[in-house]
Amino acid sequence: MLTQAQLEELTERARQMRGHIIRMLSASKSGHPGGSLSAVDLLAYLYFHKMKIDPKNPQMPDRDRFILSKGHAAPVLYAALAEKGYFEMDLIDTLRQFKSKLQGHPDMWKTPGVDISSGSLGQGLSVGNGIAIAGKMDQKPYRVYVLIGDGESQEGQIWEATMTSVHNKLDNLTAFLDYNHLQIDGKVEDVKSFTDPAARFAAFGWHVIDIDGHNLNEIDQAISEAEQTKGKPTMIIMHTVKGKGCSFMENQAGWHGKAPNAEETEKALKEFGLC
Amino acid sequence: MGDRIATRDAYGKALVKLGESNPNIVVLDADLTKSTKTADFFKKFPERSVQMGIAEADMMSTAGGLASTGKIPFASTFAIFATGRAYDQVRNTIGYAGLNVKIAATHAGITVGADGGSHQSIEDIALMRVIPGMTVLNPADAVETEKLIFAAAEHKGPVYIRLGREPMPLVFGEDYQPEIGKAVRLREGKAATIMATGIMVERALIAADLLNQKGTNVRVINIHTIKPIDSAEIIKAAWETGAIITTEEHSVIGGLASAVAEVVVQNHPVPMEFIGVKDKFGQSGEPAELMNEYGLNPEHIVAAVEKAIGRKDS
Repeated sequence: MLTQAQLEELTERARQMRGHIIRMLSASKSGHPGGSLSAVDLLAYLYFHKMKIDPKNPQMPDRDRFILSKGHAAPVLYAALAEKGYFEMDLIDTLRQFKSKLQGHPDMWKTPGVDISSGSLGQGLSVGNGIAIAGKMDQKPYRVYVLIGDGESQEGQIWEATMTSVHNKLDNLTAFLDYNHLQIDGKVEDVKSFTDPAARFAAFGWHVIDIDGHNLNEIDQAISEAEQTKGKPTMIIMHTVKGKGCSFMENQAGWHGKAPNAEETEKALKEFGLC
Repeated sequence: MGDRIATRDAYGKALVKLGESNPNIVVLDADLTKSTKTADFFKKFPERSVQMGIAEADMMSTAGGLASTGKIPFASTFAIFATGRAYDQVRNTIGYAGLNVKIAATHAGITVGADGGSHQSIEDIALMRVIPGMTVLNPADAVETEKLIFAAAEHKGPVYIRLGREPMPLVFGEDYQPEIGKAVRLREGKAATIMATGIMVERALIAADLLNQKGTNVRVINIHTIKPIDSAEIIKAAWETGAIITTEEHSVIGGLASAVAEVVVQNHPVPMEFIGVKDKFGQSGEPAELMNEYGLNPEHIVAAVEKAIGRKDS
Protein backbone atom coordinates (compact mmCIF):
# COMPACT_ATOMS: atom_id res chain seq x y z
CA MET A 1 0.00 0.00 0.00
CA LEU A 2 1.33 3.40 -0.93
CA THR A 3 1.58 6.01 1.79
CA GLN A 4 -0.29 9.26 1.32
CA ALA A 5 3.01 11.02 0.62
CA GLN A 6 3.99 8.44 -2.02
CA LEU A 7 0.58 8.68 -3.59
CA GLU A 8 0.84 12.44 -3.76
CA GLU A 9 4.32 12.31 -5.27
CA LEU A 10 3.37 9.78 -7.92
CA THR A 11 0.20 11.68 -8.76
CA GLU A 12 2.26 14.80 -9.24
CA ARG A 13 4.81 12.97 -11.41
CA ALA A 14 1.99 11.62 -13.55
CA ARG A 15 0.53 15.10 -13.89
CA GLN A 16 3.89 16.49 -14.99
CA MET A 17 4.39 13.61 -17.42
CA ARG A 18 1.00 14.30 -19.02
CA GLY A 19 2.19 17.85 -19.56
CA HIS A 20 5.47 16.69 -21.11
CA ILE A 21 3.57 14.42 -23.50
CA ILE A 22 1.29 17.21 -24.72
CA ARG A 23 4.19 19.66 -25.01
CA MET A 24 6.41 17.28 -26.97
CA LEU A 25 3.64 16.30 -29.36
CA SER A 26 2.71 19.92 -29.85
CA ALA A 27 6.32 20.71 -30.73
CA SER A 28 6.75 17.75 -33.04
CA LYS A 29 3.35 18.21 -34.69
CA SER A 30 3.04 14.44 -34.93
CA GLY A 31 2.98 11.42 -32.66
CA HIS A 32 0.62 9.36 -30.54
CA PRO A 33 -1.07 11.05 -27.58
CA GLY A 34 -3.95 8.64 -26.85
CA GLY A 35 -1.99 5.52 -25.99
CA SER A 36 0.68 7.59 -24.26
CA LEU A 37 -1.77 9.23 -21.88
CA SER A 38 -3.44 5.90 -21.06
CA ALA A 39 -0.13 4.50 -19.78
CA VAL A 40 1.12 7.52 -17.80
CA ASP A 41 0.09 6.31 -14.37
CA LEU A 42 1.80 2.95 -14.82
CA LEU A 43 5.06 4.53 -15.99
CA ALA A 44 4.98 7.09 -13.18
CA TYR A 45 4.67 4.22 -10.72
CA LEU A 46 7.39 2.09 -12.34
CA TYR A 47 9.94 4.86 -12.86
CA PHE A 48 9.37 6.74 -9.58
CA HIS A 49 8.54 3.97 -7.17
CA LYS A 50 9.30 0.48 -8.38
CA MET A 51 12.16 -0.04 -10.78
CA LYS A 52 15.75 -0.45 -9.63
CA ILE A 53 17.37 1.90 -12.12
CA ASP A 54 19.91 4.68 -12.13
CA PRO A 55 19.57 7.57 -14.58
CA LYS A 56 23.29 8.25 -14.09
CA ASN A 57 24.06 4.70 -15.18
CA PRO A 58 21.44 3.71 -17.74
CA GLN A 59 23.29 0.52 -18.75
CA MET A 60 23.64 -0.80 -15.17
CA PRO A 61 23.76 -4.56 -15.82
CA ASP A 62 21.37 -5.67 -13.08
CA ARG A 63 18.81 -2.92 -13.56
CA ASP A 64 15.14 -3.67 -13.89
CA ARG A 65 14.01 -3.43 -17.52
CA PHE A 66 11.01 -1.77 -19.06
CA ILE A 67 9.99 -2.65 -22.59
CA LEU A 68 7.47 -0.54 -24.42
CA SER A 69 6.20 -3.14 -26.85
CA LYS A 70 3.57 -0.67 -28.06
CA GLY A 71 6.42 1.52 -29.25
CA HIS A 72 4.25 4.25 -30.75
CA ALA A 73 3.55 5.38 -27.18
CA ALA A 74 7.17 6.58 -27.11
CA PRO A 75 6.13 9.99 -25.70
CA VAL A 76 5.07 8.45 -22.39
CA LEU A 77 8.43 6.70 -22.11
CA TYR A 78 10.32 9.88 -22.99
CA ALA A 79 8.21 11.80 -20.46
CA ALA A 80 9.17 9.32 -17.74
CA LEU A 81 12.86 9.34 -18.71
CA ALA A 82 13.02 13.13 -18.89
CA GLU A 83 11.20 13.51 -15.58
CA LYS A 84 13.57 10.94 -14.04
CA GLY A 85 16.61 12.85 -15.28
CA TYR A 86 18.01 10.53 -17.95
CA PHE A 87 18.39 13.58 -20.18
CA GLU A 88 17.75 17.32 -20.21
CA MET A 89 14.10 18.31 -20.25
CA ASP A 90 14.72 20.56 -23.29
CA LEU A 91 15.22 17.47 -25.38
CA ILE A 92 11.50 16.75 -25.39
CA ASP A 93 10.99 19.69 -27.74
CA THR A 94 13.00 17.80 -30.38
CA LEU A 95 10.74 14.73 -30.53
CA ARG A 96 10.67 13.19 -34.02
CA GLN A 97 12.96 15.86 -35.47
CA PHE A 98 15.93 15.24 -37.73
CA LYS A 99 18.91 14.00 -35.70
CA SER A 100 16.96 14.06 -32.44
CA LYS A 101 17.77 11.60 -29.70
CA LEU A 102 14.03 11.13 -29.41
CA GLN A 103 13.06 9.07 -32.44
CA GLY A 104 9.47 8.48 -33.50
CA HIS A 105 9.70 5.06 -31.86
CA PRO A 106 12.07 4.08 -29.01
CA ASP A 107 15.71 3.59 -29.98
CA MET A 108 17.95 1.98 -27.36
CA TRP A 109 21.14 3.48 -28.75
CA LYS A 110 19.92 7.04 -29.28
CA THR A 111 17.97 7.64 -26.08
CA PRO A 112 19.53 7.09 -22.63
CA GLY A 113 17.26 4.87 -20.56
CA VAL A 114 15.52 3.08 -23.41
CA ASP A 115 16.20 -0.60 -22.73
CA ILE A 116 15.02 -1.99 -26.07
CA SER A 117 14.20 -0.50 -29.44
CA SER A 118 10.62 -1.12 -30.47
CA GLY A 119 8.05 0.03 -32.97
CA SER A 120 7.03 -2.95 -35.02
CA LEU A 121 4.18 -4.28 -32.90
CA GLY A 122 4.08 -7.65 -31.19
CA GLN A 123 7.79 -8.12 -30.54
CA GLY A 124 8.35 -6.65 -27.08
CA LEU A 125 7.01 -9.51 -25.02
CA SER A 126 9.34 -11.93 -26.80
CA VAL A 127 12.26 -9.59 -26.13
CA GLY A 128 11.23 -9.33 -22.49
CA ASN A 129 11.13 -13.12 -22.31
CA GLY A 130 14.70 -13.22 -23.60
CA ILE A 131 15.85 -10.79 -20.91
CA ALA A 132 13.93 -12.71 -18.24
CA ILE A 133 15.39 -16.03 -19.42
CA ALA A 134 18.89 -14.52 -19.22
CA GLY A 135 18.07 -13.36 -15.69
CA LYS A 136 17.01 -16.88 -14.71
CA MET A 137 20.14 -18.42 -16.28
CA ASP A 138 22.42 -16.21 -14.20
CA GLN A 139 20.18 -15.95 -11.11
CA LYS A 140 20.02 -12.20 -11.53
CA PRO A 141 17.69 -10.27 -9.25
CA TYR A 142 16.34 -7.91 -11.91
CA ARG A 143 12.72 -7.86 -13.00
CA VAL A 144 11.34 -7.29 -16.46
CA TYR A 145 8.27 -5.18 -17.20
CA VAL A 146 6.58 -5.22 -20.59
CA LEU A 147 3.72 -2.99 -21.72
CA ILE A 148 1.58 -4.28 -24.58
CA GLY A 149 -1.52 -2.81 -26.18
CA ASP A 150 -4.93 -4.32 -26.68
CA GLY A 151 -4.83 -3.58 -30.40
CA GLU A 152 -1.30 -4.93 -30.43
CA SER A 153 -2.58 -8.23 -29.10
CA GLN A 154 -4.00 -8.90 -32.56
CA GLU A 155 -0.40 -9.67 -33.56
CA GLY A 156 0.17 -13.42 -33.52
CA GLN A 157 3.62 -13.07 -32.01
CA ILE A 158 2.08 -11.87 -28.73
CA TRP A 159 0.53 -15.31 -28.35
CA GLU A 160 3.71 -17.12 -29.30
CA ALA A 161 5.42 -15.07 -26.61
CA THR A 162 2.73 -15.71 -23.98
CA MET A 163 3.39 -19.43 -24.42
CA THR A 164 7.13 -18.87 -24.06
CA SER A 165 6.71 -16.87 -20.83
CA VAL A 166 4.58 -19.61 -19.29
CA HIS A 167 6.67 -22.52 -20.54
CA ASN A 168 9.80 -20.99 -19.05
CA LYS A 169 8.01 -20.11 -15.78
CA LEU A 170 9.11 -16.49 -16.06
CA ASP A 171 7.93 -15.19 -12.71
CA ASN A 172 10.55 -12.45 -13.01
CA LEU A 173 8.50 -10.95 -15.83
CA THR A 174 5.37 -8.86 -15.41
CA ALA A 175 3.38 -7.74 -18.41
CA PHE A 176 0.73 -5.04 -18.57
CA LEU A 177 -2.11 -4.84 -21.05
CA ASP A 178 -3.10 -1.24 -21.75
CA TYR A 179 -6.76 -2.13 -22.22
CA ASN A 180 -8.02 1.18 -23.59
CA HIS A 181 -10.35 -0.36 -26.20
CA LEU A 182 -9.25 1.81 -29.13
CA GLN A 183 -6.94 1.40 -32.09
CA ILE A 184 -6.33 3.42 -35.24
CA ASP A 185 -9.37 2.28 -37.18
CA GLY A 186 -11.75 2.51 -34.25
CA LYS A 187 -12.90 0.36 -31.35
CA VAL A 188 -10.85 -2.78 -30.84
CA GLU A 189 -14.14 -4.66 -30.51
CA ASP A 190 -15.13 -3.53 -34.01
CA VAL A 191 -11.74 -3.92 -35.71
CA LYS A 192 -11.15 -7.41 -34.36
CA SER A 193 -12.79 -8.18 -31.07
CA PHE A 194 -10.67 -8.94 -28.04
CA THR A 195 -13.26 -9.64 -25.38
CA ASP A 196 -12.26 -10.85 -21.93
CA PRO A 197 -8.49 -10.66 -22.28
CA ALA A 198 -8.17 -11.83 -18.67
CA ALA A 199 -9.70 -15.18 -19.60
CA ARG A 200 -7.54 -15.44 -22.70
CA PHE A 201 -4.26 -14.87 -20.86
CA ALA A 202 -5.38 -17.09 -17.98
CA ALA A 203 -6.13 -19.84 -20.48
CA PHE A 204 -2.54 -19.53 -21.68
CA GLY A 205 -1.36 -20.15 -18.13
CA TRP A 206 -0.66 -16.63 -16.87
CA HIS A 207 -1.45 -15.34 -13.44
CA VAL A 208 -3.88 -12.55 -14.33
CA ILE A 209 -4.85 -9.52 -12.28
CA ASP A 210 -7.56 -7.09 -13.39
CA ILE A 211 -7.17 -3.49 -12.25
CA ASP A 212 -8.04 0.14 -12.90
CA GLY A 213 -4.89 1.21 -14.73
CA HIS A 214 -5.21 4.77 -13.49
CA ASN A 215 -5.37 3.85 -9.81
CA LEU A 216 -1.87 3.94 -8.36
CA ASN A 217 -2.81 1.87 -5.33
CA GLU A 218 -4.26 -0.85 -7.51
CA ILE A 219 -1.11 -0.80 -9.67
CA ASP A 220 0.98 -1.07 -6.51
CA GLN A 221 -1.01 -4.00 -5.14
CA ALA A 222 -1.02 -5.83 -8.46
CA ILE A 223 2.74 -5.55 -8.86
CA SER A 224 3.27 -6.75 -5.29
CA GLU A 225 1.08 -9.72 -6.06
CA ALA A 226 3.08 -10.37 -9.25
CA GLU A 227 6.32 -10.35 -7.24
CA GLN A 228 4.89 -12.94 -4.89
CA THR A 229 3.61 -15.17 -7.67
CA LYS A 230 6.08 -17.97 -8.27
CA GLY A 231 6.42 -20.30 -11.23
CA LYS A 232 4.40 -18.26 -13.70
CA PRO A 233 4.39 -14.82 -15.28
CA THR A 234 1.79 -12.24 -14.34
CA MET A 235 -0.37 -10.27 -16.76
CA ILE A 236 -1.89 -7.16 -15.28
CA ILE A 237 -4.94 -6.14 -17.29
CA MET A 238 -5.09 -2.39 -16.85
CA HIS A 239 -8.51 -0.98 -17.67
CA THR A 240 -7.56 2.41 -19.01
CA VAL A 241 -8.96 5.37 -20.89
CA LYS A 242 -7.23 6.32 -24.10
CA GLY A 243 -6.23 9.99 -23.86
CA LYS A 244 -6.73 9.90 -20.06
CA GLY A 245 -6.72 13.30 -18.36
CA CYS A 246 -7.41 15.35 -21.48
CA SER A 247 -11.18 15.76 -21.83
CA PHE A 248 -11.31 16.14 -25.60
CA MET A 249 -8.96 13.23 -26.26
CA GLU A 250 -10.50 10.72 -23.88
CA ASN A 251 -12.00 7.69 -25.62
CA GLN A 252 -11.51 9.19 -29.09
CA ALA A 253 -9.86 6.89 -31.63
CA GLY A 254 -9.07 10.02 -33.67
CA TRP A 255 -6.46 10.98 -31.05
CA HIS A 256 -4.47 7.77 -31.53
CA GLY A 257 -1.91 9.35 -33.78
CA LYS A 258 -2.58 13.08 -34.03
CA ALA A 259 -0.76 15.99 -32.38
CA PRO A 260 -2.65 18.81 -30.69
CA ASN A 261 -2.51 22.30 -32.25
CA ALA A 262 -1.61 25.38 -30.19
CA GLU A 263 -5.14 25.95 -28.96
CA GLU A 264 -5.64 22.30 -28.05
CA THR A 265 -2.28 22.23 -26.32
CA GLU A 266 -3.22 25.16 -24.12
CA LYS A 267 -6.57 23.61 -23.33
CA ALA A 268 -4.96 20.31 -22.37
CA LEU A 269 -2.30 21.92 -20.20
CA LYS A 270 -4.99 23.97 -18.44
CA GLU A 271 -6.90 20.81 -17.69
CA PHE A 272 -3.77 19.32 -16.14
CA GLY A 273 -3.35 22.53 -14.16
CA LEU A 274 -0.02 23.17 -15.84
CA CYS A 275 -0.68 26.60 -17.36
CA MET B 1 36.65 -38.63 -53.12
CA GLY B 2 37.32 -37.71 -49.52
CA ASP B 3 34.96 -37.28 -46.59
CA ARG B 4 31.60 -35.70 -47.13
CA ILE B 5 30.26 -33.68 -44.23
CA ALA B 6 27.23 -31.41 -44.13
CA THR B 7 27.91 -27.87 -42.97
CA ARG B 8 25.05 -28.25 -40.46
CA ASP B 9 26.98 -31.11 -38.83
CA ALA B 10 30.08 -28.97 -38.59
CA TYR B 11 27.94 -26.23 -37.03
CA GLY B 12 26.62 -28.58 -34.35
CA LYS B 13 30.13 -29.66 -33.40
CA ALA B 14 31.47 -26.11 -33.43
CA LEU B 15 28.66 -24.98 -31.12
CA VAL B 16 29.62 -27.53 -28.48
CA LYS B 17 33.25 -26.40 -28.62
CA LEU B 18 32.15 -22.78 -28.38
CA GLY B 19 29.95 -23.61 -25.43
CA GLU B 20 32.90 -25.15 -23.63
CA SER B 21 35.09 -22.09 -24.09
CA ASN B 22 32.55 -19.28 -23.78
CA PRO B 23 29.90 -19.28 -21.02
CA ASN B 24 27.97 -16.50 -22.75
CA ILE B 25 27.00 -18.69 -25.68
CA VAL B 26 23.31 -19.63 -25.57
CA VAL B 27 21.41 -21.54 -28.24
CA LEU B 28 17.80 -21.23 -29.32
CA ASP B 29 15.98 -23.60 -31.63
CA ALA B 30 12.44 -23.92 -32.94
CA ASP B 31 11.68 -27.64 -32.70
CA LEU B 32 14.41 -28.63 -35.14
CA THR B 33 17.36 -29.43 -32.87
CA LYS B 34 17.99 -32.77 -34.54
CA SER B 35 17.88 -31.26 -38.02
CA THR B 36 19.84 -28.09 -37.32
CA LYS B 37 22.30 -30.12 -35.20
CA THR B 38 21.94 -27.96 -32.11
CA ALA B 39 20.86 -31.13 -30.26
CA ASP B 40 24.36 -31.85 -28.96
CA PHE B 41 24.60 -28.37 -27.42
CA PHE B 42 21.12 -28.79 -25.91
CA LYS B 43 22.22 -32.06 -24.36
CA LYS B 44 25.52 -30.81 -23.04
CA PHE B 45 24.38 -27.34 -21.90
CA PRO B 46 20.67 -27.61 -21.09
CA GLU B 47 20.90 -24.57 -18.81
CA ARG B 48 22.02 -22.47 -21.80
CA SER B 49 19.58 -23.92 -24.32
CA VAL B 50 16.19 -22.45 -25.09
CA GLN B 51 13.62 -24.58 -26.88
CA MET B 52 11.20 -22.15 -28.53
CA GLY B 53 8.79 -24.61 -30.11
CA ILE B 54 7.51 -23.88 -33.60
CA ALA B 55 7.64 -20.11 -33.21
CA GLU B 56 10.42 -18.63 -35.29
CA ALA B 57 9.30 -15.02 -34.98
CA ASP B 58 9.17 -15.34 -31.20
CA MET B 59 12.57 -17.01 -31.27
CA MET B 60 14.29 -14.14 -33.08
CA SER B 61 12.94 -11.50 -30.72
CA THR B 62 13.74 -13.66 -27.69
CA ALA B 63 17.29 -14.01 -29.00
CA GLY B 64 17.38 -10.21 -29.23
CA GLY B 65 16.40 -9.92 -25.58
CA LEU B 66 19.10 -12.38 -24.55
CA ALA B 67 21.69 -10.47 -26.57
CA SER B 68 20.69 -7.20 -24.89
CA THR B 69 21.92 -8.65 -21.58
CA GLY B 70 25.33 -9.64 -22.95
CA LYS B 71 24.59 -13.21 -23.97
CA ILE B 72 25.72 -14.40 -27.39
CA PRO B 73 22.68 -16.22 -28.73
CA PHE B 74 22.80 -18.57 -31.71
CA ALA B 75 19.28 -18.94 -33.08
CA SER B 76 18.75 -21.87 -35.40
CA THR B 77 16.02 -23.09 -37.69
CA PHE B 78 15.73 -23.72 -41.42
CA ALA B 79 16.84 -20.82 -43.62
CA ILE B 80 13.37 -20.51 -45.14
CA PHE B 81 11.85 -19.77 -41.70
CA ALA B 82 14.74 -17.82 -40.21
CA THR B 83 14.73 -15.29 -43.02
CA GLY B 84 11.20 -15.51 -44.38
CA ARG B 85 8.76 -16.16 -41.58
CA ALA B 86 10.77 -14.15 -39.05
CA TYR B 87 11.95 -11.38 -41.37
CA ASP B 88 10.44 -8.49 -39.44
CA GLN B 89 11.85 -9.78 -36.16
CA VAL B 90 15.30 -10.16 -37.70
CA ARG B 91 15.01 -6.72 -39.30
CA ASN B 92 13.49 -4.80 -36.39
CA THR B 93 14.31 -6.57 -33.12
CA ILE B 94 17.80 -7.69 -34.15
CA GLY B 95 18.99 -5.64 -37.13
CA TYR B 96 17.60 -2.21 -36.30
CA ALA B 97 18.96 -2.43 -32.76
CA GLY B 98 22.23 -4.00 -33.95
CA LEU B 99 21.87 -6.75 -31.35
CA ASN B 100 24.56 -9.39 -31.10
CA VAL B 101 22.51 -12.34 -32.37
CA LYS B 102 23.91 -15.08 -34.59
CA ILE B 103 21.31 -16.57 -36.89
CA ALA B 104 22.62 -19.97 -37.97
CA ALA B 105 20.19 -21.20 -40.59
CA THR B 106 20.39 -24.70 -42.00
CA HIS B 107 18.70 -26.40 -44.96
CA ALA B 108 19.45 -23.47 -47.24
CA GLY B 109 19.16 -23.76 -51.00
CA ILE B 110 17.74 -26.41 -53.31
CA THR B 111 19.90 -29.24 -51.95
CA VAL B 112 17.25 -29.62 -49.24
CA GLY B 113 15.89 -31.92 -51.92
CA ALA B 114 12.81 -34.02 -51.25
CA ASP B 115 11.00 -31.50 -49.02
CA GLY B 116 10.43 -29.41 -52.14
CA GLY B 117 10.07 -25.74 -53.03
CA SER B 118 8.24 -24.67 -49.86
CA HIS B 119 11.36 -25.54 -47.88
CA GLN B 120 14.07 -24.55 -50.33
CA SER B 121 15.36 -21.13 -49.42
CA ILE B 122 16.75 -19.36 -52.47
CA GLU B 123 16.12 -15.81 -51.25
CA ASP B 124 17.77 -15.78 -47.82
CA ILE B 125 21.06 -14.15 -48.79
CA ALA B 126 19.16 -11.37 -50.54
CA LEU B 127 16.85 -10.81 -47.57
CA MET B 128 19.66 -10.70 -45.03
CA ARG B 129 22.02 -8.66 -47.17
CA VAL B 130 19.75 -5.63 -47.36
CA ILE B 131 19.57 -5.25 -43.58
CA PRO B 132 22.03 -2.53 -42.53
CA GLY B 133 24.79 -3.88 -40.30
CA MET B 134 24.02 -7.55 -40.94
CA THR B 135 27.06 -9.71 -41.66
CA VAL B 136 26.25 -12.52 -44.10
CA LEU B 137 28.37 -15.68 -44.15
CA ASN B 138 28.06 -18.69 -46.44
CA PRO B 139 30.71 -21.33 -45.71
CA ALA B 140 31.90 -23.72 -48.41
CA ASP B 141 32.54 -26.82 -46.34
CA ALA B 142 32.74 -28.26 -42.85
CA VAL B 143 36.17 -26.80 -42.09
CA GLU B 144 35.18 -23.31 -43.14
CA THR B 145 31.92 -23.63 -41.22
CA GLU B 146 33.66 -24.33 -37.94
CA LYS B 147 36.11 -21.47 -38.36
CA LEU B 148 33.41 -19.02 -39.38
CA ILE B 149 31.16 -20.05 -36.50
CA PHE B 150 34.03 -19.24 -34.13
CA ALA B 151 34.63 -15.95 -35.95
CA ALA B 152 30.92 -15.09 -35.81
CA ALA B 153 30.90 -15.60 -32.04
CA GLU B 154 33.81 -13.16 -31.71
CA HIS B 155 32.27 -10.62 -34.08
CA LYS B 156 30.21 -7.88 -32.40
CA GLY B 157 26.84 -7.45 -34.11
CA PRO B 158 24.26 -9.52 -35.94
CA VAL B 159 25.46 -12.30 -38.22
CA TYR B 160 23.57 -14.56 -40.61
CA ILE B 161 25.26 -17.89 -41.30
CA ARG B 162 23.94 -20.00 -44.16
CA LEU B 163 24.26 -23.76 -43.77
CA GLY B 164 23.27 -26.80 -45.80
CA ARG B 165 21.61 -30.14 -45.20
CA GLU B 166 23.51 -32.34 -47.62
CA PRO B 167 26.92 -33.89 -46.91
CA MET B 168 29.45 -32.18 -49.16
CA PRO B 169 33.12 -32.78 -49.98
CA LEU B 170 35.79 -30.98 -47.97
CA VAL B 171 37.49 -28.14 -49.78
CA PHE B 172 39.84 -26.94 -47.06
CA GLY B 173 42.42 -28.45 -44.74
CA GLU B 174 42.43 -27.92 -40.98
CA ASP B 175 45.09 -25.20 -41.19
CA TYR B 176 42.82 -23.01 -43.33
CA GLN B 177 41.87 -19.80 -41.54
CA PRO B 178 39.15 -17.63 -43.11
CA GLU B 179 38.59 -14.09 -41.95
CA ILE B 180 35.19 -12.36 -42.03
CA GLY B 181 35.06 -9.91 -44.94
CA LYS B 182 38.07 -11.29 -46.75
CA ALA B 183 37.65 -13.25 -49.98
CA VAL B 184 39.96 -16.20 -50.54
CA ARG B 185 41.76 -16.73 -53.84
CA LEU B 186 41.92 -20.47 -54.51
CA ARG B 187 43.22 -20.62 -58.08
CA GLU B 188 45.24 -18.23 -60.17
CA GLY B 189 44.32 -17.47 -63.76
CA LYS B 190 43.94 -14.57 -66.18
CA ALA B 191 41.15 -15.59 -68.57
CA ALA B 192 38.27 -14.88 -66.18
CA THR B 193 37.33 -15.12 -62.50
CA ILE B 194 34.80 -17.47 -60.99
CA MET B 195 33.44 -16.11 -57.74
CA ALA B 196 31.75 -18.82 -55.76
CA THR B 197 30.02 -19.03 -52.41
CA GLY B 198 28.92 -21.90 -50.18
CA ILE B 199 28.73 -25.35 -51.68
CA MET B 200 29.39 -23.89 -55.14
CA VAL B 201 33.06 -23.36 -54.25
CA GLU B 202 33.85 -27.02 -54.74
CA ARG B 203 31.99 -27.01 -58.06
CA ALA B 204 33.83 -23.89 -59.16
CA LEU B 205 37.12 -25.68 -58.55
CA ILE B 206 35.97 -28.64 -60.65
CA ALA B 207 34.91 -26.21 -63.39
CA ALA B 208 38.33 -24.56 -63.23
CA ASP B 209 39.97 -27.95 -63.71
CA LEU B 210 37.75 -28.70 -66.71
CA LEU B 211 38.62 -25.32 -68.22
CA ASN B 212 42.28 -25.90 -67.51
CA GLN B 213 42.14 -29.11 -69.53
CA LYS B 214 40.83 -26.99 -72.40
CA GLY B 215 43.71 -24.55 -72.00
CA THR B 216 41.75 -21.82 -70.21
CA ASN B 217 43.14 -20.71 -66.88
CA VAL B 218 40.65 -19.02 -64.58
CA ARG B 219 40.96 -17.43 -61.19
CA VAL B 220 38.69 -18.90 -58.51
CA ILE B 221 37.68 -16.84 -55.51
CA ASN B 222 35.74 -18.07 -52.50
CA ILE B 223 33.37 -15.40 -51.24
CA HIS B 224 32.42 -16.80 -47.84
CA THR B 225 31.42 -13.34 -46.63
CA ILE B 226 28.73 -11.87 -48.83
CA LYS B 227 28.44 -8.87 -46.58
CA PRO B 228 30.62 -6.93 -46.05
CA ILE B 229 31.78 -7.91 -49.52
CA ASP B 230 35.50 -7.81 -50.30
CA SER B 231 35.33 -5.01 -52.87
CA ALA B 232 39.10 -4.75 -53.32
CA GLU B 233 39.41 -8.37 -54.37
CA ILE B 234 36.49 -8.05 -56.79
CA ILE B 235 37.87 -4.89 -58.39
CA LYS B 236 41.25 -6.56 -58.74
CA ALA B 237 39.65 -9.54 -60.47
CA ALA B 238 37.76 -7.25 -62.83
CA TRP B 239 40.96 -5.40 -63.79
CA GLU B 240 43.20 -8.43 -64.02
CA THR B 241 40.91 -11.03 -65.61
CA GLY B 242 38.33 -8.93 -67.48
CA ALA B 243 35.34 -11.23 -66.91
CA ILE B 244 33.51 -12.46 -63.81
CA ILE B 245 31.21 -15.41 -63.31
CA THR B 246 29.33 -15.69 -60.02
CA THR B 247 27.98 -18.97 -58.76
CA GLU B 248 25.64 -19.59 -55.85
CA GLU B 249 23.01 -22.05 -54.71
CA HIS B 250 20.55 -19.18 -54.43
CA SER B 251 18.50 -16.96 -56.69
CA VAL B 252 20.58 -14.91 -59.12
CA ILE B 253 18.51 -11.97 -57.87
CA GLY B 254 19.81 -10.26 -54.76
CA GLY B 255 22.51 -12.67 -53.67
CA LEU B 256 26.16 -13.09 -54.61
CA ALA B 257 25.53 -12.12 -58.25
CA SER B 258 24.03 -8.81 -57.22
CA ALA B 259 26.59 -8.15 -54.51
CA VAL B 260 29.49 -8.67 -56.92
CA ALA B 261 27.79 -6.80 -59.79
CA GLU B 262 27.20 -3.80 -57.52
CA VAL B 263 30.95 -3.54 -56.99
CA VAL B 264 31.89 -4.26 -60.59
CA VAL B 265 29.59 -1.74 -62.27
CA GLN B 266 30.62 1.05 -59.94
CA ASN B 267 34.33 0.45 -60.36
CA HIS B 268 35.39 -1.39 -63.47
CA PRO B 269 32.57 -2.88 -65.58
CA VAL B 270 33.44 -6.17 -67.25
CA PRO B 271 31.28 -8.94 -68.76
CA MET B 272 29.55 -10.99 -66.05
CA GLU B 273 27.57 -14.20 -66.07
CA PHE B 274 25.47 -15.49 -63.20
CA ILE B 275 25.12 -19.11 -62.16
CA GLY B 276 22.24 -19.59 -59.75
CA VAL B 277 18.53 -20.25 -59.62
CA LYS B 278 16.95 -18.14 -62.35
CA ASP B 279 13.89 -16.58 -60.70
CA LYS B 280 12.14 -19.88 -60.06
CA PHE B 281 11.00 -21.84 -57.04
CA GLY B 282 12.51 -25.22 -56.33
CA GLN B 283 10.77 -28.61 -56.32
CA SER B 284 11.14 -32.08 -54.84
CA GLY B 285 13.95 -34.26 -56.08
CA GLU B 286 17.36 -35.63 -55.25
CA PRO B 287 19.92 -32.87 -54.67
CA ALA B 288 21.90 -34.03 -57.71
CA GLU B 289 18.82 -33.95 -59.91
CA LEU B 290 17.97 -30.46 -58.74
CA MET B 291 21.49 -29.10 -59.13
CA ASN B 292 21.38 -30.28 -62.73
CA GLU B 293 17.84 -29.01 -63.36
CA TYR B 294 18.66 -25.50 -62.10
CA GLY B 295 21.97 -25.28 -63.92
CA LEU B 296 24.36 -25.49 -60.97
CA ASN B 297 26.77 -28.18 -62.17
CA PRO B 298 30.43 -27.63 -63.06
CA GLU B 299 29.65 -27.93 -66.78
CA HIS B 300 27.14 -25.11 -66.46
CA ILE B 301 29.86 -22.99 -64.87
CA VAL B 302 32.23 -23.89 -67.70
CA ALA B 303 29.69 -22.77 -70.29
CA ALA B 304 29.11 -19.51 -68.43
CA VAL B 305 32.84 -18.83 -68.23
CA GLU B 306 33.22 -19.40 -71.96
CA LYS B 307 30.29 -17.12 -72.66
CA ALA B 308 31.73 -14.34 -70.48
CA ILE B 309 35.13 -14.66 -72.09
CA GLY B 310 33.45 -14.45 -75.50
CA ARG B 311 31.85 -11.18 -74.47
CA LYS B 312 35.16 -9.49 -73.62
CA ASP B 313 36.13 -6.61 -75.92
CA SER B 314 38.38 -8.00 -78.61
